[in-house]
Amino acid sequence: MRHSPRRHRNYVAFLGHRLSGIALAIFLPFHFLALGLALEGAGSFDAFLAFADIPLVKMAEWGLVVLLALHLFFGLRILVLEFMPWRSDADDRAGLIGWGAGGALALGLVFLLGVF
Amino acid sequence: MSTTAETEKTIWVHIWRGKDEGRHVSYEVPARENQTVLDLVTEVQRYHEPALAYRFACRVGVCGSCAMTVNGRPRWTCRTHVKRVVEGGEITIEPLRNMPRIKDLACDMGEFFDKWQKAGGKFKGKATRREPPMAVDPESRERKNADAGIECINCGVCYAACDVVAWNKDYLGPAALNRAWTLLNDERHADHAGLLEMATSEGGCASCHTQGNCMTHCPVGISPTRSIAGIKKMSLVDLLRGRAR
Repeated sequence: MRHSPRRHRNYVAFLGHRLSGIALAIFLPFHFLALGLALEGAGSFDAFLAFADIPLVKMAEWGLVVLLALHLFFGLRILVLEFMPWRSDADDRAGLIGWGAGGALALGLVFLLGVF
Repeated sequence: MSTTAETEKTIWVHIWRGKDEGRHVSYEVPARENQTVLDLVTEVQRYHEPALAYRFACRVGVCGSCAMTVNGRPRWTCRTHVKRVVEGGEITIEPLRNMPRIKDLACDMGEFFDKWQKAGGKFKGKATRREPPMAVDPESRERKNADAGIECINCGVCYAACDVVAWNKDYLGPAALNRAWTLLNDERHADHAGLLEMATSEGGCASCHTQGNCMTHCPVGISPTRSIAGIKKMSLVDLLRGRAR
């Protein structure tokens, strides 16, 4: 069966929001682990920081920053869609999809500038 | 002659035959000027497969009964020109998604209509026929909200396009909630509180994920996404007012 009613920008934004949300859920346990190690003692936290300095891990962090920013911006777009007045029936705030994706990449760039 | 050349042009139509278990059967039909997808199906039914089951009535985009899945998207077949959707001389036509199949291209729309009622879609008037008609200001915000969604003809395209309907069988769907929204904005309706409760209960507006499949595919250009967002906002305001009381 061929079913492809999903080829449009709103669905892309929906997927971006949900997948970045899953990335957030995966990231959070590691974040709490890092916080826990910091509380436990300097030695184990330093070992964790050394692990976090591996370039591959840094790249993964960059990906997380971008995805988390994407989640924030696309989540804000949903709030705008649901709580702000619609200017017309076709007013799906497509601009916010572009600005959200651009903003997430810009934040990722800022993260990269801070790292290197 | 040019007419000979035209009649030689054909389209391969792949049509779903059967119920849940079935297969695509391919038919070669003549390509014509100003041909709709419904014309293709009718051509197949008349000249190739008399037992082909499909549904249509008005053929001009008024009744909403000829919706099918065309090349993967739900559409009114009577208002879809073949030229707009043909891909490499081929078209795939299947029944609508999210509805039980009866045979070939015909679906059982019973559940779709039941959900319309479940969302509170039945109008309950405040006045009787012996009273004068209520004056409704066409410029009021409420009436404009109602007017934006009022032209829905129940074709089921949005329902078939919606992924949430596919995932959650209890979800009332875009058309039913759009209807509820028009009634919530209708000042002649007698039971707004009951209607809001029905539209916000299990499977109601809160189940919508704002994917926008409904507003992307609505042949009338209605935005059920907007209507559902309106109900969400109204329910929040209602909750806050309730707390304040």
